[in-house]
Amino acid sequence: MVTAAAREIGNGEVVFVGMRLPLLGFLLAKSTHAPDAVGVYELGVVRDSLAPEPILTMGDLPNLYRAQWLGDTADVMGLLQRGLVDVGFIGGAQIDRYGNLNTSYIGAAETVQTRLPGSGGACDLASLAKRHIILLTHEKRRFVSRVDYLTSPGYGSGGNWRNQIGLPRGGPSRVITTLGILSFDSEFHEMVLTAVHPGTSVEDVKANTGWPLKVSPDLKQTPAPTDVELKKLGQFDPAGYWTGAGSPDRADCAGKIQSQGQREKSLKGGAAPYCENCD
Amino acid sequence: MPETKLFSLPDAIARFVADADEVALGVSQEILIPFAAGHEIMRQRKRDLTLIGPISDILFDQMIGAGCVRRIRSAWVGNVITGSAYNFRRAVESGAIEMEDHSNLTLMSALLAGALGIPFMPTRTALGSDLFKTNAAIVPATCPFSSEKLVAVKAIQPDVAIIHVQRADRHGNAHIWGNRGIAREAAMASRTIILTAEEIVAPEKINSDPNRVLIPGFRVNAVVHTPWGAHPSPAPGYYNRDHQAFIDYRSASRTPQGFESWKSRWVDSLCSGADYLRLLGGERRKTLGLTHHVWSQPADYGY
Repeated sequence: MVTAAAREIGNGEVVFVGMRLPLLGFLLAKSTHAPDAVGVYELGVVRDSLAPEPILTMGDLPNLYRAQWLGDTADVMGLLQRGLVDVGFIGGAQIDRYGNLNTSYIGAAETVQTRLPGSGGACDLASLAKRHIILLTHEKRRFVSRVDYLTSPGYGSGGNWRNQIGLPRGGPSRVITTLGILSFDSEFHEMVLTAVHPGTSVEDVKANTGWPLKVSPDLKQTPAPTDVELKKLGQFDPAGYWTGAGSPDRADCAGKIQSQGQREKSLKGGAAPYCENCD
Repeated sequence: MPETKLFSLPDAIARFVADADEVALGVSQEILIPFAAGHEIMRQRKRDLTLIGPISDILFDQMIGAGCVRRIRSAWVGNVITGSAYNFRRAVESGAIEMEDHSNLTLMSALLAGALGIPFMPTRTALGSDLFKTNAAIVPATCPFSSEKLVAVKAIQPDVAIIHVQRADRHGNAHIWGNRGIAREAAMASRTIILTAEEIVAPEKINSDPNRVLIPGFRVNAVVHTPWGAHPSPAPGYYNRDHQAFIDYRSASRTPQGFESWKSRWVDSLCSGADYLRLLGGERRKTLGLTHHVWSQPADYGY
């Protein structure tokens, strides 16, 4: 999942780097095929070099060390709003067939069943970046026909919706999940399965999607992470906090702990482990 | 020279934070979060507060758990490296607190409008989203020049902003460095400003570098010497983020009982910042200290 995300970043692109897995994806891209990518972080940080030490979050001091720019949230939101950010990454609890994301409420907002943390900068990034990429665990309860609450706009009800509603640009270009990679068709902007990760079948993906999923006639298999990519990930996440076993955070998440072998398997499969409480 | 604005933390909170106030805090996002001030508000059992901040990395959750909060105006309330904030979740799910859902850009815009003394700020974000359903302070609008579709965000002028800074003088002039989040907008929008500071230094030191001053001292009401006052969040130049504290808090706050015992140990049983430092322990503070330094070049402000 992280390696597939990293491969979406072009060299020289301006990247709005979100919390969690995107932090790793940016470091991986920057240290492999996209050395000139520029990272923009919502708390007011711009980096054109790698942080000198592994970080768990964007506010860690190594992420501020010799940054290109330390400024205000207003400054980086300005870059985003006036159309100078090429690509952003976000996650979510629920997604629908048009790439709309929910990170706020499960159940109706009035009779809320589960309250999630909320938008943060996700709504802004989905509204204003030239394109955005969504990272999500592929499960039926998350891939729903309609999100309970639309936190971050995808293509709304499909077609020309973004333009009609007044959004200036953008939209999701990819959805990278624990099972495969999805894109959006150019006419209706509905999600289409374009690649499955090694060891995953189309049936697996369909069974974990809450609507009749379209499959590309040109379906591919996600190339497995290379040894170089795995080695770099090991450097950026040495304790396996985000990519698997050894996570101090996940240690008390019953049933979700991975062994070292499982971790390697999931990394090679392009997937990341998932914990309900952590994602 | 103006009078000194130095207060003890209990005195500053008692004097400048009232029940039912709108309080902006944690406005530099993940860094310089004024945990010590938040904990003092909990100890003084302030009630019915409205908390304002772009994202909150567990401090709002702690204040909600202590029963201080009636309403939240924020984009994100959670635990940045672990996910959900459980007191927040329980309180919204039970209807105990009211939530005004912002994005980072709409909250920044609201405070910027407040700082500029205008009624609203236009933005291009959130069109087509459901934020409009759970936030009465944003409405669709039309550009008076181009007729483009926009969003109008109503100004917010908090009663008080609490900002943690690296160093301040006794008049309220303070240096802050690192990313600033929405600290400038939040402070300038607020009626009253409390600064908590790692160090209190001579006015000449602050005045030698006015570009690094967050806001002019004449706008500040109280300055509190609060070493380690942002722990477990990081303070650039002083200490790193204490990841383990955020993980431990996540585990403790899963149940109301667990939160109560966390609060009893880390808030209720302490009287002062010195107590907190003792509880934290010298070894732990040492491991959080800086290991790599980079000093900025001095700049000549002379004439």
